[in-house]
Amino acid sequence: MTGNLNLVGYGLAAIGPAIAVGLIFAAYINGVARQPEAGNMLRPIAILGFALAEALAIFGLVLFFISPK
Amino acid sequence: MSFAALIPSLGSLSAEGDGGHFPPTPEGFWQPLVTLGHIGDYPIVITRSMVVIMLSVALLSWWLVSTTKRAAVVPGKGQHYTELVYNFVRNDVAKDMIGSKDFLRFVPLLFSLFVLILLNNLFGIIPPIQFPTMSRIGFPIALTLVVYVVYHWIGIKKQHGFLNYVKWMIPPGIPGWLLPLIVFLELLTFFITRPLTLALRLFGNMFAGHMLLAVFIIGGWELVQADTFALKFVALPAWLMAFVMTLFEGLVQFLQAFVFTLLAASYFGSAVADEH
Repeated sequence: MTGNLNLVGYGLAAIGPAIAVGLIFAAYINGVARQPEAGNMLRPIAILGFALAEALAIFGLVLFFISPK
Repeated sequence: MSFAALIPSLGSLSAEGDGGHFPPTPEGFWQPLVTLGHIGDYPIVITRSMVVIMLSVALLSWWLVSTTKRAAVVPGKGQHYTELVYNFVRNDVAKDMIGSKDFLRFVPLLFSLFVLILLNNLFGIIPPIQFPTMSRIGFPIALTLVVYVVYHWIGIKKQHGFLNYVKWMIPPGIPGWLLPLIVFLELLTFFITRPLTLALRLFGNMFAGHMLLAVFIIGGWELVQADTFALKFVALPAWLMAFVMTLFEGLVQFLQAFVFTLLAASYFGSAVADEH
């Protein structure tokens, strides 16, 4: 069996951003369910938060490829 | 058929990898088409991504010129769809993030960024082209450089000088002993974290998404060529997954174009804001 332990590391690193993105959209859905007219105001904020959380996963992806094999 | 019978064929599947394209590697994204010459050891080439971005620029110019050349108060069909896209960037991105006072001067830049990134991303799943330009890191870096220069430029101009600009970054009411740390963190945010995340997010999404599609499509093809019937059969779910992932990629590609423009607009917005 061959492989790279970096891959396992990246898998573990992706858990954090995954939970973060889940929480952000859960909060967005909660907000819209409670107050439907706030949806338009909340959407950019939710997507902004999603993008910031996702950046961490992307860092992990890039580090996985640039780290010495 | 027992599971043990599958093992040798699986072994042969991975053994023929030296000639095949599976698994896809980052090197697969470097696709030179025409070599023009050399400077030292570095080849000067026209790559596939260059051709794709030129095609996208030509298409966008044709689209925008042809739909707005005879712009009327009552829009025709083409003008109507162009205005839909324009209004989306103008109202939902620029106006919301920058504020109604001085958003209008940023709309041309944001609109160009949005349509250029969106079309180049969508080229990743449009059949005859199928190459997302932004999966080569140079292109997101170039776009990010534009945004980087613009938001620092307007920030320094608004605060009258670089030192005032740094002073403006510090939120008010920070106790003196914390000041060095906060200055360091704010400088890091403005000069390193922001451009780095902006470029890497777009690059990473397009790169990873394209690689994912390659895994399922090429992987399915390798399975079809396997010598056992059971493995050929597994190609069907693999290609089904490729189809589902293509749809998902479409969503991600739109979202990334939107997010890039949204973040650029929010950086411009924070730079022109009166208070911190």
